[in-house]
Order: sequence, then C-alpha cells, then structure tokens
Amino acid sequence: MEQLYNFAFFDEASKREIRRAILKGIAIPGYQVPFASREMPIGRGWGTGGLQVTLAIIGSADVLKVIDQGSDESVNAVNIKKLVCATTDVETTSETVRASIIQSRHRIPEEPLREDQVLVLQVPTPEPLRDFEPSEAVTRRLHAEADYTGAWLGLFDQIIRYGSTTTGADHPVKVNGRYIMAPSPIPRFDTLRLHMSDNLTLFGAGREKKIYAVPPHTTVEPLDFADYPFAVEDFSGKACARCGATDTYLDELVDEETGDTYYCCNDTAFCASRVERAMGGAVHGKR
Amino acid sequence: MESAKEAFAECEVGVTGEAVAVPKQESHRVSHVRPVQPRPSIRSRRIEEDPCVKVQGLSRSFGNGCAYCLDPRAVLERNRCPRCGTVHAVRDVGFELYPGEIVGIVGESGSGKSTLMQCLYFDQTASSGSIFVKPYDGGHRNILELSSQEKRRIRNTVFGMVYQNPYLGLRMDYSSLSNIAEQMIASGDRSVSHMRSRGEELLGQVNIPTVRATDPPRTFSGGMQQRVQIAKALSNNPPVLLLDEVTTGLDLSVQANVLDLILQIRRDFNVSMLVVSHDLGVIRMLADRTFVMLDGRVIEEGLTDQILEDPQHAYTQQLVYSLL
Repeated sequence: MEQLYNFAFFDEASKREIRRAILKGIAIPGYQVPFASREMPIGRGWGTGGLQVTLAIIGSADVLKVIDQGSDESVNAVNIKKLVCATTDVETTSETVRASIIQSRHRIPEEPLREDQVLVLQVPTPEPLRDFEPSEAVTRRLHAEADYTGAWLGLFDQIIRYGSTTTGADHPVKVNGRYIMAPSPIPRFDTLRLHMSDNLTLFGAGREKKIYAVPPHTTVEPLDFADYPFAVEDFSGKACARCGATDTYLDELVDEETGDTYYCCNDTAFCASRVERAMGGAVHGKR
Repeated sequence: MESAKEAFAECEVGVTGEAVAVPKQESHRVSHVRPVQPRPSIRSRRIEEDPCVKVQGLSRSFGNGCAYCLDPRAVLERNRCPRCGTVHAVRDVGFELYPGEIVGIVGESGSGKSTLMQCLYFDQTASSGSIFVKPYDGGHRNILELSSQEKRRIRNTVFGMVYQNPYLGLRMDYSSLSNIAEQMIASGDRSVSHMRSRGEELLGQVNIPTVRATDPPRTFSGGMQQRVQIAKALSNNPPVLLLDEVTTGLDLSVQANVLDLILQIRRDFNVSMLVVSHDLGVIRMLADRTFVMLDGRVIEEGLTDQILEDPQHAYTQQLVYSLL
C-alpha cells in the first residue's frame, strides 16, 4: 500500500468524531445522531454515509464485504471496495460468513449474521416522518415527544388509496419500543430480520448527515394496523432457478430468448455458494 | 363602558361586566349569575352548572413589553405600546363556556379573535393567563402549564378546530379520510376499518360524496374543504369546537348548509362552541352569547340579541349599524 492517505482515508480526528456518533447511536437505538458528514471521493447519494461508517470502524484485521442490491459485483460495490482497499489494505470477500464488516445497500445478506459481524447500511432518507413534516426542527421535536401520528398516517393513507401499504422497501419500524426508524430501503422481507438479530447494524446517511444504529438483540417492530398486519413479499410457489432455494428474497427475471419469467436469488453470493455446494465445487447456473 | 355593565345588571341576564374596561383580579368571581338560556327548547333539558372551558386573564403579546405597557391600565395605540412597540394581540381576556353553549366572538380584523382561538388550541403560546378545561381533568389544572404531550392530548381529544383557511387545518396531499383519521390515530386507534367507517360517516354528515372520500382536499372546492375540516374536527367527538370564520368565503347555499350542520352538531352531541365571525348574521343565528373584541380586549359581552339590538359600546354600535 502506498501511503498517500492516512489509514482508512480519514484523519484520526474525523474517525473519532464518527465513532462517537456511532456510539451514541448504539446507546439510543433508532435515534438519528447528527454528524459532520465529510466530503468523499464518491458523490453523495452513492453510499457516502455507509462508507464513512465503514472507514471509521475498520481495522487492519477486518475482512470487508460490500454489496449493492444483493450483488457483490455491481459497479457501486466494487468502487467502494476499491477505495477502502486502497487506503487500508484489508482483505475483501464475497462470502458473508468470512466478512467482519458488511456494507450493503438495499439488502441484508441471506445468511444469518453473527455477533462478531457488523452490518453497515447506506441510507438515502433517514427521517421516517419526512413526508409528513418537511421541517427538521419539527421532526426532531416529534421524535423527542414520541409523536408518531405521521408515520401511521402515511401508512393509513396508502391503505385508503391503494388498498394496502405501498412501502415496497423502507417500511417504518419501531426500535426498542421507542424510536420510529427508517430501516433504509431494505425490502420488507429483510425488515423482520433486523428484529433481535445477533449482529450490530449501523446506518449511515451521508447526504442527510445522520448515523443511527440497531444494537444486537434489540426489538424492531414494523408499524402496522390491527386489520392490516405487516406482510413480507410473497414468493410462495416460486424457487430460484439457479440454486432452487425457496426461502430467499427472489428477483424476477425474463429469459430474453424464450420470453419466460423466472426467479433467482437476489443475494448472488449466497446463491453461488449453494450452487457450489450442490455441484461439488464448480459454479454453473441452470439457465 | 360602565354604563354597559349597569345596563346588563338591570336586564338581570347576569352577564359579567368585568371584561368591560380594565378588570380587577378580584372582580372575576363576583356576581356571576348563569346566563339565561336563550333557546330553552334546546337547552332546558341539560343545564349544567360548571363551565366546560374557563379562561382567565389570557394575554398574548408579541414583544417583551415594558414597564409602561405591562400595566393593565396602560393606554396603547390600538394594541401597540407607544414606548416599546410590543403588540398586545390579546389583553386580559376572560370568559366561560358552558356545555352545549355557543359563544360568538365578533370584532374587526386584527382585534385578536383568531389569536385568542389559536392560544386555546396551542397553535400559539399564550403569554399569560390560565385556561381550565372540565372534560380533560375536571378543570383542576391550568392547561397552559401542562407538558406538550398533555397539550397534544387535549388538542386531540377535547378540542376540534376549524380554521378560516383550510390550508392551515388540512393536509392537502393526504386523502380526506386520512385527514379525518389523523386525530383518531393520534389518540391510539389502530383499526383501519373503524377509522374508515367513522370517516365515511362524518363525510356523509357534511355532504361529501363517498366517491370523493379518497381524494385529497387539494382537489376540492373551498366549500368542500371547509366541510372536510368540520368532519375532521368532529372525528374524536370533541366536547368543544373552535370555529374560526367557518363560513367566510363560502357561497350562500353552502353557508346555509354549514350553519345547519353546526346547529345540528350542537343539538345532537351537546358540543360547546366558540365561533369567531365577521358576519353578524352568522353570529345572530348561532351564538347564545357574544363577545365584542377591539384591540385585543373584550369590550362588551352579553346575550347575542342584546348585543345586536342594544349595543352599548361605541365600537359595537358602529359595528352593528354598519350591518347592511
């Protein structure tokens, strides 16, 4: 590694400031801690919040995995991985079990995470009440007073207008029985997996300058109504065309030659490892 | 002003004259006789002794005030202190509102009517004074000193507010049903079907067709928006309605509908109302008692018919005789 930058890009004072925000976030589960979001060599909205969290907590012994919409090989994920590697020399992996820090956008890996792993999620809109109330000063007061009518009202309005809640992702959740939190745009399928998880989950919003956290073994309850309970995406009767999994979050794809619709695991690393195990080493898709 | 007080006393209507001129603190409780019921047919069956809402010495000023204008007897330029520039939008207003009673507030623009209403609804913070609300805690505590959570509960359960401008009272981009459900959600309702049926029932009462129930009020006419506001204000069956210029800007047939609705709500639910209006016709039709406000003060109060037929204060006379 050529030492053009300090370890992990930031100077130590910056990392300390971000870590302090992270610690406060862990101490108050679901509470959005303001922090001095740095200018990064990637554009805001491309994962700068998650990247800053990752850079602040990473050490030379860590193993990093970065995924974007379930894929380790997408441009965004690769670029973030390259930046972290260029400034830290840490090992990267696509295997969830080997990683100690997993930075992700829009997904939680299929394999259950362990106590010694940290999940870092990139957040575009950290404020669950933003649609209801545009003023930050007011939303802070609403959080302080636990006045969450706005979060429920948004869901109620969707049910009234469209017959069901239309939050495909980023369904608001109540953390530790207190703060309502935007879980970042993970699908509803993943939202339930934040509940009482063994790992620490950190949320970084670079553009909105907020960090928040769900510590291990913390309750995370999606908001719903008595007669319109929260429901995850339904994949019943469908299976992954590559690995045959029936219990994962599936992407719908179209075979361009035949025009048929088929489904594949969204988490490519998980799918590949299942295929590898089934085929005894060689990775080959069915399609 | 003193003559007004005497005139009321002679008429044995028992209206307290203390809001006229500068009230002394001890005069608040003196000689308060219940007002006679102007509409016995409606009110005779439920006479209650305790006021639903009791307001004492309520003031709202913009500015810090100075030694001169903090004296309640100070002579101001209208409502503005000539020395420090503090605007006294509401000055030492006190009144009582009884269950099932409609009290009207009239006065020119800038006389403090809406500010008074907004202080009651916590939209503005009163500078001083006290408000006691019987349906909340039996009227034991001054609600202006409660925590913001308790104030929110009072807003959601005790008061229903209809603003002059529907944009203040409605969320224009949420559906009408959601607007009505907001206070129900705030007070803990988590059943969509219950809130939907209650919303549809209320929209029916204010004559909004069911097909428009899911449309946002942004797409409604002004009269419809006003009626959605009324439906919203009624969602939690509040014992007190605050109506700020409800009919202003509505055409006559819609006005008549809205006024009918208000009287019907009073008859059916025994709701107390505070009605602010420029329109003396509306006041004459709705209000049992009426206050006249000028420059932040109540300058005259009494039975509505008396105020309109035999105004005592020079300003009230001018107001009544200006009626076309």
